[in-house]
Amino acid sequence: MTEYNIKELKSGGLMKQKEKDIFSLRLRIVGGFVKSEQLIKLSEIANKFGEGYIHLTTRQGIEIPNVNIKDFETVKKELAGVELQMGACGQRVRTVTACQGKECSHGLIDCLLLAKEVDKKYFGIGGHPHKFKIGITGCPNACIKPQENDLGIMGRLKKRFVKENCNYCGLCAEICPVGAIEVDRDSEKILFDADKCIGCGDCVYSCPTDAWRKRQEGYAIFVGGKMGKFPKLGVKVFDFIETKERVFEIIDKTLEFYKKFGNKGERFRETLDRVGVEKYKNKVS
Amino acid sequence: MTDYNDSLDLTGIACPNNFVRTKLKLEEMEPGQILEVILDDGEPIRNVPRAVKEDGHEILKAEKIDNKWKILIKKA
Repeated sequence: MTEYNIKELKSGGLMKQKEKDIFSLRLRIVGGFVKSEQLIKLSEIANKFGEGYIHLTTRQGIEIPNVNIKDFETVKKELAGVELQMGACGQRVRTVTACQGKECSHGLIDCLLLAKEVDKKYFGIGGHPHKFKIGITGCPNACIKPQENDLGIMGRLKKRFVKENCNYCGLCAEICPVGAIEVDRDSEKILFDADKCIGCGDCVYSCPTDAWRKRQEGYAIFVGGKMGKFPKLGVKVFDFIETKERVFEIIDKTLEFYKKFGNKGERFRETLDRVGVEKYKNKVS
Repeated sequence: MTDYNDSLDLTGIACPNNFVRTKLKLEEMEPGQILEVILDDGEPIRNVPRAVKEDGHEILKAEKIDNKWKILIKKA
């Protein structure tokens, strides 16, 4: 392997296997969304250049194992034919994960659209102390596990109450996962504790009389999640960001902060623990 | 508003079968007719009314009786 710089190859999604000249090809997949024509092409490539199978990663990505380096350029061209590119390894912004978002009945935000936008802007960007992972989940059910990412985005909802519509059936109080709503049927009163509310929207989507209505969608932001040898869950630093523009500003400032304050080889959580979450919050606020 | 055209007791029926059975029953009915559904509390009451609303039907009434819920659905 003298003719190839392994580190350079790795940054572009080529992962050396134990066997000489054999690589696993990591692809750039956004939010686990793959078109059927791409799957057909992947099947062809795996049959022709690999060993007839692909590997699904924990971050919704696809890898094609057992490809000889001599076939790499050909495979890359074939992939490009169905708008597929090589993925990212090393100290870079990695695959952006996302749930089905609006296709799920619980989803509050369009995760695929946001994931594509985040991927377009940040995918593969390097120069940070270590890798940086971003995950986007559509609601507080957190299926994509935003708390396991260096930066996690979660869809949330703010609601409003239309008193005239309420018949005080108590269904919202029954289903609220955090007990933020109390209904007094006899005196026809609703008590809502905004501090307890996690913005899942269950009350809005279940209310029989549309007394609870959506006011606005927004985003909660988690930072400092990581897995690996020393796993830590991310901490929520912003409860409700109202606009996508502000979300992008937070990502920009977070990456700047990581570059500025992170020590070499340090994951973002370690930087946060060392420098302090409050200082981080001040810098990005 | 306590009259209904048909009734389904879904006590003990887990998600998503309770919703599937509600949906199938509604398909047999005429628009504007009313279906009474009895659901357990917990997951069923969390999921079924929401799914019924998503399908465009109207929930006229939801009433808790002990640890069960009685729901009246007007077919769209």
